[in-house]
Amino acid sequence: MELTDREVAEAAIKSGAGNVDEIMQKMAEHKGCETNSDGGKKASCGTEAGENDLPPEIWEKVKNHPCYSEEAHHHYARMHVAVAPACNIQCNYCNRKYDCANESRPGVVSERLTPEQAAKKVLAVASTIPQMTVLGIAGPGDPLANPEKTFKTFDLISKTAPDIKLCLSTNGLTLPDHVETIARYNVDHVTITVNMVDPEVGAKIYPWIFYKHKRYTGVEAARILTERQMQGLEMLTERGILSKINSVMIPGINDEHLKEVNKAVKGRGAFLHNIMPLISAAEHGTVFGLTGQRGPTAQELKRLQDSCEGEMNMMRHCRQCRADAVGLLGEDRSAEFTTEKIMEMDVNYDLATRQAYQARVEEERNAVAGAKANELQILAGEDSDIKILVAVATKGSGRINEHFGHASEFQIYELSTGKGAHFIGHRRVDLYCQGGYGEEDALETVIRAIKDCHAVFVAKIGGCPKKDLAAAGIEAIDEFAHEFIEKSAITYFKRYLEGVKDGSITHVDKGDAEIRPGEVAVDVVNETVAAE
Amino acid sequence: MALKIAASCVNCSACEAECPNEAISAGDGIYVIDPAKCTECIGFHDDPQCALVCPIEETCVIDDSYPRYQAA
Ligand code: SF4
Ligand code: SF4
Ligand code: SF4
Repeated sequence: MELTDREVAEAAIKSGAGNVDEIMQKMAEHKGCETNSDGGKKASCGTEAGENDLPPEIWEKVKNHPCYSEEAHHHYARMHVAVAPACNIQCNYCNRKYDCANESRPGVVSERLTPEQAAKKVLAVASTIPQMTVLGIAGPGDPLANPEKTFKTFDLISKTAPDIKLCLSTNGLTLPDHVETIARYNVDHVTITVNMVDPEVGAKIYPWIFYKHKRYTGVEAARILTERQMQGLEMLTERGILSKINSVMIPGINDEHLKEVNKAVKGRGAFLHNIMPLISAAEHGTVFGLTGQRGPTAQELKRLQDSCEGEMNMMRHCRQCRADAVGLLGEDRSAEFTTEKIMEMDVNYDLATRQAYQARVEEERNAVAGAKANELQILAGEDSDIKILVAVATKGSGRINEHFGHASEFQIYELSTGKGAHFIGHRRVDLYCQGGYGEEDALETVIRAIKDCHAVFVAKIGGCPKKDLAAAGIEAIDEFAHEFIEKSAITYFKRYLEGVKDGSITHVDKGDAEIRPGEVAVDVVNETVAAE
Repeated sequence: MALKIAASCVNCSACEAECPNEAISAGDGIYVIDPAKCTECIGFHDDPQCALVCPIEETCVIDDSYPRYQAA
C-alpha cells in the first residue's frame, strides 16, 4: 500500500457517497432519532427502510456495521477469519469439501487459520484498512462446533484491538451452551441460520445432526435443531445481544414456510431477517445440487422478501460472503492478506489513526445527508402505480461510477412514486464457478441477470453491448456517469413517467431474472482508495 | 482394534474434538487415527464418535487389520 491512511481518508471524503435511503437514515440518526413522540423508537432508522422501528440502542450498535446497515456497508469494512472448520449438522445445500454454505458461496475453500494467525491477520488488516470495524467468524464449518478456536480468537482480538466489533454466525445447534461465553466476550451480533420452524420441513433440509454424542436423523433431528435454535435466540435476546436470522430460500421446500419462520424469529426478538437464495448446481456436489433442486428466481426472492418486509427489517444487501472475506462488502481483498504475507508483516496497530479516519467517514456521511436531502422532491406531485427496476454499475460511494464491461455485480433499485429509488439487492454477473459457466457468453449472462430491469445505469458502455441490451428491452444509460445513483434514477423515472403520460413511452412489465451469485474478483480495488 | 480414516477425509477436524481418547490428529494430507489409542469408543459411548460426526460417509471406518477391541 503506497497510500498513507491520511491519503486514503482524503480520497474517501472526496469520493462522496450516499443515497436517499441512507440520507433518511442518516438524518434520523443525526437528530438522535427522537423525533417520534414515543421517544423510545425512531423512524427510518432500520437497515432497510423497514416498517418496523429499531430501538436507539440497537441502531447505535448496527449503524456502522457493514453487514447490518445498508448504508454503512458503503463506508465500513468487515472481515471473516476461517478458524472454525468442524460442523455438527449436515445440510442438503452444503458440500463439506467447501465452506459452510450457510454463510459462504459454495465452491470456495478458505485458508484455515489458527487463532493466533487469525488474530495477527485481523491486526494487519485493521492497520491497513482503517474502516475495518467488524470481525466475523462464520466458518468454514460452524463456529460453535469449534468453540475453543472461536473464543480463543475473540479473546486474542479483544485484548489487542478492543475497538473491533465481534460477530459470529451459527447453525444454532449448540448456541444455548455458549450464550454466556458470547456475552462475556461482548459479541454483540450473532447470526443464526434458521431455515424452518417445522421439523417436517426441516427433515427435507437436514439429513442429520450430531448432538450429545448421538447422530439424529429425519424429523427428530430437525425437531432438536429448531428447539435449540429458538432457545438460543431467546437467550440472546434476554441478554441484549443482537441476533440476525439468515434463511436459505429453497423453492418448493421452505419458501412459503419462511413467512412463518419470519414471525417466529421476530417474536423472539431477532432484529433482522436475511432471506438468501439457494445456490444450487450439480457440480457443487451437494444433495440439492444432485437432486436438481433449483434456487429461486430474482422475482420469487423479491416477492418473499417483500411479503416479510412488513413484519420486520429485511436485509437485502447481503452478498453471502465467504468465510475468509476481507474488505468492504462486494469486494474481497483477502489475496493481500494470505498467512504467508501476514506472518511477514510488521503490524503496528494504530488506534488513533483508525479513530481519526472513522471520524472523517462520519463527516462525509453527514455532508452527503445535508446536501442531498431534497432529492425526493423531484418526484413531488407525481403519483403512479408504475414500478420499474433499474440496474446500476457502481464501485460504491453511492455513484454510477463503473463501466458496464467491468461490473462484477449490479445494484438493483425499484423506482416508484411512493418510495423513490428503493434499493432491493444485488445481481452478480461474474463467473463464480469457472468450470460451470466458463463457456457462456459474458453479455448473455449479464442480460439474464438483469432482464427484469428497464434500464441499466453505467459510467460508460460500448456500442455493441448497448444494442444487444436494447434488443433485450434494457436501455443502457450513461448520461449520469459519476453522479449519485438515487438522484439519477429518480430523474430518469420522472422522465419515464412523463413519457408514459404523453404516450411516447409504452410501459411494459418486464419478466423475471436469474440469480447467479458469484465471487467478486479478488483484485477489486478498494473503492475508497480508487475513488478519483 | 480401531477405526481408520479413509482418503475421502476433507480435513474438517470435527472428529478430532469428539474422540474421547485423543486418538485423532491432523496427518499428512488427511486426519489420522492412532490405532494404539482408539478404543472404538468402547467404554465411553455407544457408537464411534468420529464416524457419527464425520460429514463424509464411509470415511471413519473399522480397520480390519486390528482385532476388535474388548472392553477391559
Ligand atoms: S451448518 Fe454450514 S458447514 Fe454445517 S453442514 Fe450446514 S452449511 Fe455445511
Ligand atoms: S472410534 Fe472413538 S476412540 Fe476411536 S478414533 Fe473414533 S472417536 Fe476416537
Ligand atoms: S470428521 Fe471426517 S472429514 Fe472431518 S477430519 Fe475427521 S475424518 Fe476427516
